[in-house]
Amino acid sequence: MSRWRESLGRVAAIAHKELQHLHRDRLTGGMVAGVPLMMTLLFGYAINQDVRHLRAGVADLAGTQSSRWLVADAQATQVIDVVVAARSVHELESLLREGAISVGIAIPHDFERRRGRGDRASAQLLVDGGDPVVLAAVKGLVSLPPSDREGTRHAMVSAPVFELRAYYNPERRSPVHIVPALCGVILTLTLVLFTAVAIVRERERGNLELLITTPVQTPELMLGKILPYVAIGYAQMSLILLLGRVLFDVPIAGNLGSLYLGAGAFVAAALTLGLLISTVAQTQFQAFQMAFVSFLPQILLSGFMFPYDGMPRPAQWLAEVLPLTHFLRIVRGIVLRGATLGDVRAEIYALLIFFSVAFTLALLRFRKRLD
Amino acid sequence: MSAELAIRTRGLTRRFGALTAVDHVDLEIPRRAIYGFLGPNGSGKSTTIRMLCGLLTPSEGEATVLGLEVPRDAEKLRRKLGYMTQRFSLYEDLSVRENLEFLAEIYSLPAAAARARIEVLLDEFQLRDRTEQRAGTLSGGQKQRLALAGATLHEPELLFLDEPTSAVDPQSRRDFWETLYDLVERGTTILVSTHFMDEAERCHGLAILDRGRVVAAGAPDRLMRDIDAAVVEVETDAPRAARTALEASAGVRSVAQVGVRLRALVDPAVTDPAGRLAAALRESRVDARVAPARASLEDVFVAATQRPAEPAP
Repeated sequence: MSRWRESLGRVAAIAHKELQHLHRDRLTGGMVAGVPLMMTLLFGYAINQDVRHLRAGVADLAGTQSSRWLVADAQATQVIDVVVAARSVHELESLLREGAISVGIAIPHDFERRRGRGDRASAQLLVDGGDPVVLAAVKGLVSLPPSDREGTRHAMVSAPVFELRAYYNPERRSPVHIVPALCGVILTLTLVLFTAVAIVRERERGNLELLITTPVQTPELMLGKILPYVAIGYAQMSLILLLGRVLFDVPIAGNLGSLYLGAGAFVAAALTLGLLISTVAQTQFQAFQMAFVSFLPQILLSGFMFPYDGMPRPAQWLAEVLPLTHFLRIVRGIVLRGATLGDVRAEIYALLIFFSVAFTLALLRFRKRLD
Repeated sequence: MSAELAIRTRGLTRRFGALTAVDHVDLEIPRRAIYGFLGPNGSGKSTTIRMLCGLLTPSEGEATVLGLEVPRDAEKLRRKLGYMTQRFSLYEDLSVRENLEFLAEIYSLPAAAARARIEVLLDEFQLRDRTEQRAGTLSGGQKQRLALAGATLHEPELLFLDEPTSAVDPQSRRDFWETLYDLVERGTTILVSTHFMDEAERCHGLAILDRGRVVAAGAPDRLMRDIDAAVVEVETDAPRAARTALEASAGVRSVAQVGVRLRALVDPAVTDPAGRLAAALRESRVDARVAPARASLEDVFVAATQRPAEPAP
């Protein structure tokens, strides 16, 4: 019996010691409460499969009372928010390509006549088919029932009001949606984690103490640490796009050069995030944890898993801070919608701002660490 | 005169929060010599070295290294300094040659010169047959030779060695010191920190550090000659009883057992210390032979480090 008691005592001793470790390692201790808190908030508040408030543009070429009612009815479903009034279908298409809207409502000149005939759809819904969740949500609008205002006039109408035109992914295949975005996710994983761990490893193994007595300057060290991973990141992106093209027939609509240039801004931003983590973390384990904590919101909020438009405002603000959000817009814009660098310049500026702020912080923190 | 000094500090101080790790240290370290920092762990040896390398900013005081102010001119010093850290700080997953090649590039050695220099070092530090081996798999002594090869690759004028032999067997330690003397012969100045007495004795000059302060400095034999205490050796079969008796007698500063003998440090004001202690032992009925002895460096160390703590009961 006493053997059991001794054994239990030893288990208790180790468990107690483990709690002491956690208590000392404040970061890890913080993760115990922080991760469930973050996950619950992100999933509970931000993640909404029931998509609402998609940004929409309207080109109402009919301009009649019932065309305005139609738009009002569509808006009343809360699935869309009309944010732009376009003058032509062509303008709607270019707004879609830039990513300014994800839904376009095109009401033709002869809307009234079509409506009266009732044998086919009287208006068009243009949708960015790059996102299946958005597509599914918009499908609900197709069979929008005529509202009471219109009385019995259209009671005999049998055809749906809208004809759905999914752009950029007409066959609605999910690889088309996933593969370009996967570039961003994998780049984030590689670049943030590798750089975060790389510098901490030098410190943990004592290499840093030697390095800082040599003529190596801080920016030289940082740049040298980063460059190989830039090359690795580009190689990974090329591999993903190639696999997507060969295996899943994912088309690349835009210019490949523009994509690589745009990706450069993202690579820089992701790497500096890794650098920043490595100046804060004391051990490789901590760097891993912090990188992990930075992945969660990026993967959940960036639009990779759930559409940006479906998230509430505060989650969208947070998403705007994350590099992956902007890169997904760039990569989907260029690969799927054939956007140019000019179309996505706002995203590139956002990434460059992130890079500058994070790099400055990393430099400042690294200097202090020498002391 | 200062041109002949490699290092000169005035009131060098470093505080970490409430702790004063280095407390107003004044040093004058001549060129072309091995100068030692002797002290227990936490006496401020590493912190002083780090300040002299420009790795740490002093809280107070000034330091001139090779005629340059640190930390202000630390960057200019980089090429003239070699630093061997307490912990092995080269890359364990790189081979011996790759590590040296990396350092050669960091120090911007021209490719041809670097190749030639690495060949010389491989022979000089007996690493020839380990060239392609990963540094992590080397023995303690080999790692240490590689670290020293790395620290001297760019032929620095001044070499800092922070407890270089703590993980090394005695034979490797002797070989290591031979290499240090060779380096000094060629004009290098070496500052080495240690807590080994035998190593400290091999230095040309020595500073004994205790709780951040220099408590004694000079050449080892001068320190031993000028010790501020009388050393008495006591040989007895009852060391415990003898020790109790000695510690109780007036003027005895410390008693330490060395094998079968006890070494007592006695206040220099006491006349005929050996006779006084012999009488004290007789009084306590302890059978012992008592004789004055020559001071060792350890005695110097004990005499220098124990005195300030005296007021304790």
